Amino acid sequence: MTPKGRHALGWWGLILPAFLLMTAFYVAPILQVLAISVTEPELGLQNYERLATSESVQRVILTTLRIGLITTAISLLLGYVLAFRIALADPRAQRWWLLAVLVPLWISVLVRAFAWVTLLRRQGLVNQGLMAAGAIEEPLALVWNEFGIVVGMVHYMVPYAVLPMLSAMKEIDPRVLAAARGLGAGRVVSFLRVFLPLSMPGVIAAGVLVFIFSLGFYITPAILGGGKTLMAAEWIKLQILDLIRWGLGAMMATVLVVAILATLAVFSRLVNLRRLFGAGGH
Amino acid sequence: MSGASGHALALQGVSRRYGEFVAVRDATVEVARGEFLTLLGPSGSGKTTILMMIAGFVEPSAGRILLDGRDITPLPPERRDFGMVFQGYALFPHMSVAENVAFPLRVRRMGRAERDAKVRAALDLVQLDRFAERRPSQLSGGQQQRVALARALVFDPALLLLDEPLSALDKKLRAELQEELKALHRRVGRTFINVTHDQEEALSLSDRIAILDHGRLVQVGSPEALYERPATRFVADFLGKSNFLEGDVVPDAGGVVLRRGATAVVASGAAPPGRAVLSLRPERIALVPEGGEADNLVEGRIAAWSYLGTGYALTVSTADLGDLRVHLPAWGAPFAPAEGVPVRLGWSRAAAVAVAEDVAA
Repeated sequence: MTPKGRHALGWWGLILPAFLLMTAFYVAPILQVLAISVTEPELGLQNYERLATSESVQRVILTTLRIGLITTAISLLLGYVLAFRIALADPRAQRWWLLAVLVPLWISVLVRAFAWVTLLRRQGLVNQGLMAAGAIEEPLALVWNEFGIVVGMVHYMVPYAVLPMLSAMKEIDPRVLAAARGLGAGRVVSFLRVFLPLSMPGVIAAGVLVFIFSLGFYITPAILGGGKTLMAAEWIKLQILDLIRWGLGAMMATVLVVAILATLAVFSRLVNLRRLFGAGGH
Repeated sequence: MSGASGHALALQGVSRRYGEFVAVRDATVEVARGEFLTLLGPSGSGKTTILMMIAGFVEPSAGRILLDGRDITPLPPERRDFGMVFQGYALFPHMSVAENVAFPLRVRRMGRAERDAKVRAALDLVQLDRFAERRPSQLSGGQQQRVALARALVFDPALLLLDEPLSALDKKLRAELQEELKALHRRVGRTFINVTHDQEEALSLSDRIAILDHGRLVQVGSPEALYERPATRFVADFLGKSNFLEGDVVPDAGGVVLRRGATAVVASGAAPPGRAVLSLRPERIALVPEGGEADNLVEGRIAAWSYLGTGYALTVSTADLGDLRVHLPAWGAPFAPAEGVPVRLGWSRAAAVAVAEDVAA
């Protein structure tokens, strides 16, 4: 073996413990889930057959996709405005803005979900406020439906949308924007023709991140959906823990993993994922 | 495109303050139609702030900016119709060269056929027609600079503003593009306003130079006038190199006499009696052989020397005038310089000029 080869072997040796840990506690269980999905209750693809035949399976998948897409779209919109504001702020203000964006991440997702329930339920602050103002007669159904789920999920996702977009916006050379103005483009045209296209990699990154998170989201939809609107993760829990239908739950979990990998594969062709998630630099 | 298409710009008492700090103090200057004016100064002298006020990116705290007599001070940058080449070029990285050049036409909603023709003409002008479909990142620094020029000129702007256009290039390329820029200015006949800290660039490019120091316009004039007759010590020092002779002066026939110890220096020009500073360029001092004559003669010894290719740079210690910097042409130098060699220096009455001390900032 060449000295260089031996050197490389040393480096591989260093990551070996982490590799073994990942294999034992991460890859192996996933493979097991995959195995269960084709062996329970008996060997065969009958669990996957349900994708084509069972209306309830299809409904869960469609609901999950729909809520995921809506959440992603709203989170991107709100996050873009926020990131834009932060990117244009002076460095001191930028630190405060960032803190304000990150603080919600430190609060338990459970606490936040219940906070939304108290705000949105029939006797909650929002409904009572609207009724006191005379805007509505009857309380609106703001929670235990898709609306409630989307509100809670958007609240959770906005920071994840802001961060990749902000880092992309910070990479834009401010002189390029000045150049656009100097060459005759007004504020709106400069934004549409120069800033927006240059920030697109960040938007795509944020979109992928938020969408993937949304697909597997459990706590927020479980609490704010009130068991009436089922998304994939909660449905899996229902199958495995309540109905003891391991095969069906494992099948849906596998579908989820495949959907996430497919999303990543598609977008890795559009943007450099290594750069998005912070590895490798330029 | 002819000389008549250029526009005239005037700054009237323009100032810019940032809190207590005065970046530009009461700048008044006129730029004639078709003129190439350079704002020259060290970093922090306010030259870029002036350019940004002309471009409309920075609002003056006081004063007015006039284009052909019309007040443009309140106009935003996009309504001033000035072409601008930014430091580092600021090309749009997501557009091809042709799209970059087409950008100012596109935002002006020009028809496609006319736009294409203008883009082609502008790329021809800077000899980049073959690179139209490339991305800026695929071009060299010099080529990017030319794209920036084409983009700034394609919409027939009233003025072309250049912010340190050559500073990102290496020395050889810089000299090449300097000549191109000068030729371009002659070809398009427009008014150019250039900002630089490079005195050689300013001297070789400009019709006139405005020198700035600590936010103040110190002197405006042709390169020759500024070099030959600097108004202040700062101008003499910043444009080229100079020896400064300080002492008491008295009027003399056709000029002044400055006395330092046993040495009297005669100089042309006027200065009020009393304390004065004379600026004496190193290349105007010559070696005078035994028995030779000159208006001023000083004995000294070579304290240090270096060979520059085109000439020798000597530092000569003298009894009364201190160390003098002397540049001698290398070709035909009458001697081989060495440290400690005694020399006789001579210069004419017209060689030294009286300059004012700098105003404290």
